[in-house]
Amino acid sequence: MTALNSYRTGPDFRGHFGIHGGRFVAETLMPLILELEQAYEAAKVDPAYHAEMAGYLTHYVGRPSPLYFAERLTDHLGGAKVYLKREELNHTGSHKVNNVLGQILLARRMGKERIIAETGAGQHGVATATMCARFGLKCVVYMGAVDVERQAPNVFRMKMLGAEVVAVQSGSRTLKDAMNEALRDWVTNVHDTFYCIGTVAGPHPYPAMVRDFQSIIGRETREQMQEMEGRLPDSLIACVGGGSNAMGLFHPFLDDPTVEIFGVEAAGRGLDTHEHAASIAGGRPGVLHGNRTYLLMDGDGQITEAHSISAGLDYPGIGPEHSWLNDVGRVTYLSCTDQEALDAFQLLTRLEGIIPALESAHAIAKVVELAPKLPKDHLMVVNLSGRGDKDVPQVAEILGTSLGA
Amino acid sequence: MTTQVTTRISTRFAALKEEGRPGLVTFVTAGDPDGETSLAILKALPGAGADVIELGIPFTDPMADGPAIQAAGLRALKAGQTLAKTIEMVRVFRTEDTTTPVVLMGYFNPIYVYGVDRFLTDARAAGVDGLIVVDLPPEEDDELCLPALNAGLDFIRLATPTTDDKRLPTVLEHTAGFVYYVSITGITGSATPDADLVAAAVARIKSHTDLPVAVGFGVRTPEQAKAIAAGADAVVVGSALVEVVRRTLDAEGHATANTLPGVEALVSELAEAVRSIKR
Repeated sequence: MTALNSYRTGPDFRGHFGIHGGRFVAETLMPLILELEQAYEAAKVDPAYHAEMAGYLTHYVGRPSPLYFAERLTDHLGGAKVYLKREELNHTGSHKVNNVLGQILLARRMGKERIIAETGAGQHGVATATMCARFGLKCVVYMGAVDVERQAPNVFRMKMLGAEVVAVQSGSRTLKDAMNEALRDWVTNVHDTFYCIGTVAGPHPYPAMVRDFQSIIGRETREQMQEMEGRLPDSLIACVGGGSNAMGLFHPFLDDPTVEIFGVEAAGRGLDTHEHAASIAGGRPGVLHGNRTYLLMDGDGQITEAHSISAGLDYPGIGPEHSWLNDVGRVTYLSCTDQEALDAFQLLTRLEGIIPALESAHAIAKVVELAPKLPKDHLMVVNLSGRGDKDVPQVAEILGTSLGA
Repeated sequence: MTTQVTTRISTRFAALKEEGRPGLVTFVTAGDPDGETSLAILKALPGAGADVIELGIPFTDPMADGPAIQAAGLRALKAGQTLAKTIEMVRVFRTEDTTTPVVLMGYFNPIYVYGVDRFLTDARAAGVDGLIVVDLPPEEDDELCLPALNAGLDFIRLATPTTDDKRLPTVLEHTAGFVYYVSITGITGSATPDADLVAAAVARIKSHTDLPVAVGFGVRTPEQAKAIAAGADAVVVGSALVEVVRRTLDAEGHATANTLPGVEALVSELAEAVRSIKR
């Protein structure tokens, strides 16, 4: 494969990353998407917008998030020096708030007063509900009925924050169906509604816009690693559902050839079982939710149900830029089973006193696999994208431990 | 682009104009509730008064459709419907009916996975006349619209209340056959459109094109169909028909003796209402 001059120039003006991306939406939404693109292009070059965002990132979100040397995990694994990018310390408990802040400030510039969002694990929903509370905006969050059940703490948080949470009963009743319902809402309420997409997917300009908002993760990591080690990291690793935390970490490093990059998809009960959410490992290019990307589907192009222990990774697609980075070979996509993630969840909790989100535990699991084979001067950064408080009831149930006992 | 070629669609709309009445476009989902019943419904539609047939390609994730058409698609998929079977349905239909236009309507992914070139070849050979693909706006014309036009299939575009005068020429540029005006901002089978607003919107579209304009989304009853058709070249009814299918199923979800006659009866009532308009 020929190396490109830069991996950071995409998408093209039509929103394409290679064959992926694009704007596959109903005509009703097309004028809104063009309006959003214009508004974002204008905001991008407006210093006032960036200053406003920087202020909230510092004082409300709590950035920069620390880059933490995980000493006991490193000793335990006996290889690479493992750093955790502590996105779970952000206000609302995950990286999601970085993107939501950017989009909500944009919605305010556009004069939109009603915000809709889809959510899987509830992290994006909580972040959206939070920012809507902060700015006094009406908020409706679509969440698959299955996810409403397994992520009850986050549902309660959203409701406390004043959001309306709609439990979606159609289809597989998970994230993909929540996104369908959010799109149906948007098509119906075009005049006053802003759709705050939670990941680097959907029609152009969302994948690029969400990536831009999340890239602060990678930019900070560069600076922090320079300060701590005087050089760039040797490898990056992050979990990938839609892929926003991963894209945020990866993007500022794509043109540094010495930095090896790994994305981790959810292999659920195993790639050979059809009960997984690994779109790149087990899918083919197709068109869903406004973009072309790798999708899980049958031979007739019908979308199949994804499975993952982690609601945030339980989606049959992946952001189009990830699909392209896979095609051009810049990023290596691995996968991690439910069991491996559960083990990593417990390992990090015990060794570092940090309870990771089940999503982030997928990335930790691959650190556990890769780090021991690497030399001790290898610097590995894993994105700890969210905290695991929301997952504690679910994990307790799986491990057969009653929290009250 | 208005290279007027004579097709089943243009012939049918010319005939309607000659008759001095608007047309009735009926939508049913291919394979709902099963292949055999669905084929029987398809064959019965022209006799019951359908002037143009839209045949829905089932898809798991129909993001522009309301609960009725979503459910119809899932029933069809559960019964084993595939895009290949849908095309075969049209081929069988064409052995008996060579004049009623058939338009396949759906989402891009099943077509993309089938393969665009292979799909166009097979659809045309089977006697398909046009395509409506909801998630392919003009910005993605290279994907299917332009290849379809080259293959001799009409690519029918949706225009919506959000398509303003500035955007309308873009939407109409590669539209052929007719323009499908979406009468509401919303999903299929939801809000009831306002006939006066629709007539004004149709007039606006007609100031940009010579193509016939059909209006759909939210039209359920013969009275509504008549009111909407009065201001357009045709009216589209879909959700109400697939609801008849649903209501006539037995407890296991299988077709009953009432399924086919139920659909025929509603189509007849709709046709009667639409045909009562004389111009």
